[in-house]
Amino acid sequence: MTDSNGSQRQGSHRPREIRVRVRRQDGPGQTPYWETFLLPYEPDLNVISVLQKIAALGKDAEGKRVPPVAWECNCLEEICGACTMVINGRVRQACTALVDRLLEQQPDEIRLEPMSKFPVIRDLVVDRARIFATLKKIQAWVPVDNYLNLGPGPRQSQENQELAYLLSKCMSCGCCMEACPQYLKIEVPRLPGESEDDYRRREMEITNRAFMGAAALAQIDLFNSNPIGAMNARERLDVLIGEGGIQVCGNAQNCVKVCPKEIPLTTSIARMGRAATIHMVRRWFDL
Amino acid sequence: MASYRVVVVGGGLAGLSATMKLAELGAEVWLISLTPVKRSHSCCAQGGINSVNNLTRQLGDSEWAHFEDTVYGGDFLQHQPPVKEMADWAPRIIDLMDRLGVTFNRTPEGFRDQRRFGGTLYPRTSFAGATTGQQLLYALDEQVRRWEVTGHVRKFEFWEYLGPILDQNGVCRGCTIQDLVSMEIRTIPADALVIASGGCGVIFGRSTMSMACNGSAVSRTYQAGARYGNPEFIQVHPTAIPGSDKLRLMSESARGEGGRVWVPRKPQDPRPPHQIPEHERYYFLEERYPKYGNLVPRDIATREIFKICTQEGRSVEKDRLCVYLDLTHLPRELLDRKLGGILEIYEKFQGVDPRSVPMKIFPAVHYSMGGLWVDYERTAAGGLRVGSPRNQHTNITGIFAMGECDYQYHGANRLGANSLLSCIFSGLMAAPGILAYVKDGDQGARDRLPSSLFEQAERLHKERFQEFFRRPRDGDNPYLIHQDLGRVMTAAATVVRHNEELDRAYEKVLELEARAKRCALSDTGSWTNQNLVFARALEDMFPIAKAILRGARMRDECRGAHYKPEFEMPSITADDPAETRRQAEAWCDRFAENTRRWLKSTIATCDPDGEPTIHYEEVDTSLIPPRPRLYGVVGGQIIEEVWRERQKPQVAATV
Repeated sequence: MTDSNGSQRQGSHRPREIRVRVRRQDGPGQTPYWETFLLPYEPDLNVISVLQKIAALGKDAEGKRVPPVAWECNCLEEICGACTMVINGRVRQACTALVDRLLEQQPDEIRLEPMSKFPVIRDLVVDRARIFATLKKIQAWVPVDNYLNLGPGPRQSQENQELAYLLSKCMSCGCCMEACPQYLKIEVPRLPGESEDDYRRREMEITNRAFMGAAALAQIDLFNSNPIGAMNARERLDVLIGEGGIQVCGNAQNCVKVCPKEIPLTTSIARMGRAATIHMVRRWFDL
Repeated sequence: MASYRVVVVGGGLAGLSATMKLAELGAEVWLISLTPVKRSHSCCAQGGINSVNNLTRQLGDSEWAHFEDTVYGGDFLQHQPPVKEMADWAPRIIDLMDRLGVTFNRTPEGFRDQRRFGGTLYPRTSFAGATTGQQLLYALDEQVRRWEVTGHVRKFEFWEYLGPILDQNGVCRGCTIQDLVSMEIRTIPADALVIASGGCGVIFGRSTMSMACNGSAVSRTYQAGARYGNPEFIQVHPTAIPGSDKLRLMSESARGEGGRVWVPRKPQDPRPPHQIPEHERYYFLEERYPKYGNLVPRDIATREIFKICTQEGRSVEKDRLCVYLDLTHLPRELLDRKLGGILEIYEKFQGVDPRSVPMKIFPAVHYSMGGLWVDYERTAAGGLRVGSPRNQHTNITGIFAMGECDYQYHGANRLGANSLLSCIFSGLMAAPGILAYVKDGDQGARDRLPSSLFEQAERLHKERFQEFFRRPRDGDNPYLIHQDLGRVMTAAATVVRHNEELDRAYEKVLELEARAKRCALSDTGSWTNQNLVFARALEDMFPIAKAILRGARMRDECRGAHYKPEFEMPSITADDPAETRRQAEAWCDRFAENTRRWLKSTIATCDPDGEPTIHYEEVDTSLIPPRPRLYGVVGGQIIEEVWRERQKPQVAATV
């Protein structure tokens, strides 16, 4: 009963079909609605294959022809971060959300929703441009002089590499932001006649004043601990203590619980808190 | 602001390294990508990146040895100067990536650590945990973001490249792109166009590649007149985890630590594996290759697993091809210690503990060695002239190609941990040549071009877009056609190839193509219409699929990843020394004849109706003369002896 891949998880509760409820939205600012789909049960599915099957099916539970659900994905190996969504109330990647496991926890249906902290573009696709804009604001890069042949980077301890590697696995998926009570959704309405460039600029000004989120705080930690990155650490610390910086963090510690890459976000935040304090004191004394 | 504009299509390692270097050289770069570039397929590479290093040098390694391994691994099918240049640059590339902050693993003294990878004698491979590709990609992504802030780079993420714009002389003057959110179609005038859009594994349905790797950007360029080299060379990895959505790699180290591959003797035996007694299990690799057992070379393992499931019908499951890779006889403690990381991947995606239940695995399409034909300029010393506008230049003036989507570096088979290197190398190396091309060109031509050129391109693509909405709604479903295409391509054109099967597959693909052109959309809206984007990409898979099939059909030999049993070189069967010698002589004659006939790149051009025309191109093998690859061949020793004797007089003559 418990040996082949199938029987272990099917057990005696193998359903005949899978009921999937999707919170859909046709476009930005439109009213969301729920749609239900029924798929014949198969073992070893994940939520990605469920969405692929819904697309191939082309109709909802009542047999009505409906457009396929829009969603974002790429690698399907939980390394690109694209397919992040809220599944049965929990933010995670669709590729590692295994249907058999979901049905064990909640046999009647699988519920798919877009992340709530980012503006919906369509169905499960949200606009996460803000995450990447924040990486600009915090200068999340090593400011090398050039790309010429100047020999290797500085030698580093194994300890330093291990920490940096942990932080550097952040795939900008947005899970930590979705779970954070301080990270709030910002949806900037377009002005009549405004060009795309103007809109993006205005949107960025607004989002840049809002909380940067745990991922960005950990990235400041990452680049300030890099031997070359440390050379402009003060600029990053200025951003850290500025508007939307570390003082917004309410220490709810949800971020570290939902991070799919198990990045020690709260440890980083604590380290950044100390760095912020020292930096502020230094600034008072103009050091 | 810079006055030269280069458009780069694709934001993986190749596209980003080109973008970063072009920006440094002063160009304005517009970067087009289906996904935010940080989510590109390069992030999937796990193993590492090869280069000679201070450690391996002291073991006798050199740039030349890396070059030679790459050429031998590729069965001599690649032009040697670009490969030599790549091996020469490799240590400098690792140094640069190190400076950019890549979290390479360290030795206790703080140096970069290296490990040994398949097929080489030296620990050449630098790595960053189990996600080297991700770490390299992020470092380049960060640098490009820096250039974005300074205004040198402008990103178009969630935009799709629809095709190049060529003037009346056939020179590329820009491209047409579409916003995948608003579905707006627009043109971009540019001084040069770079295609760095990666591989085409999605043509095979499911593969180890990401969903963006559908080959459509390459196909659109090929359909506009670019040549496509070595389409038939597709690397298949022996052990992947078959998922209903994707095939994910399972490292070979599972077999290295004692994993056994088997199928039930009774096909599709319904019993769970542990209830099948030992004598009812068919350990086919161990039985057929008693000497190597489960550790046969990669290509043999791939072929045997494939054969037992397809030709012999012994797949473990009825509806899905797979065999058992069994670790359950090994102590858990050993498995945790040595294979912990990869077993966790299996557990994460399959929800099953491979320490107590045998894994189910099957070979999977993994890498396209072939791609857009590109040129290079050779120096007298046998390397490349860096800064030459010929480097990475396709046959369409103004269009360059690099990364997995060019055909240049891996010949008939790619060596492990060389893909990340070739991507970064081709991007960095090509940048000065691209700039030389745009500077040398028609100054200010971009502004003087007739607007009708761009209006026409825009109209064409808008018309193609609108046509989908006018189709009858009862046509086929594009997702189902894609599944069929994947099945046909996987069955006929992956591991084992037979001419009759390739002919049948070609017919079937033509039929599917006709259906794809009539397929119906279930989404008729004009906002974030993924249905249409998929259907359009599907149509563009066919020209490449046909080039793959035709290239494979015409190549009557075995070379690297291309295996046709009918044309396999024989083994030495004799025991008697004189007869053995005679057979080895005959073997070498046949090898020499085969080399003369087939050591040529396949070059496909796309006819107006989408059919490929094939011709062959001589390969520059001037630096390392081709020799037989004898790994695993019975009688290999005597063949090698005879081959060496034959080479001697030639070497003497050239000295």
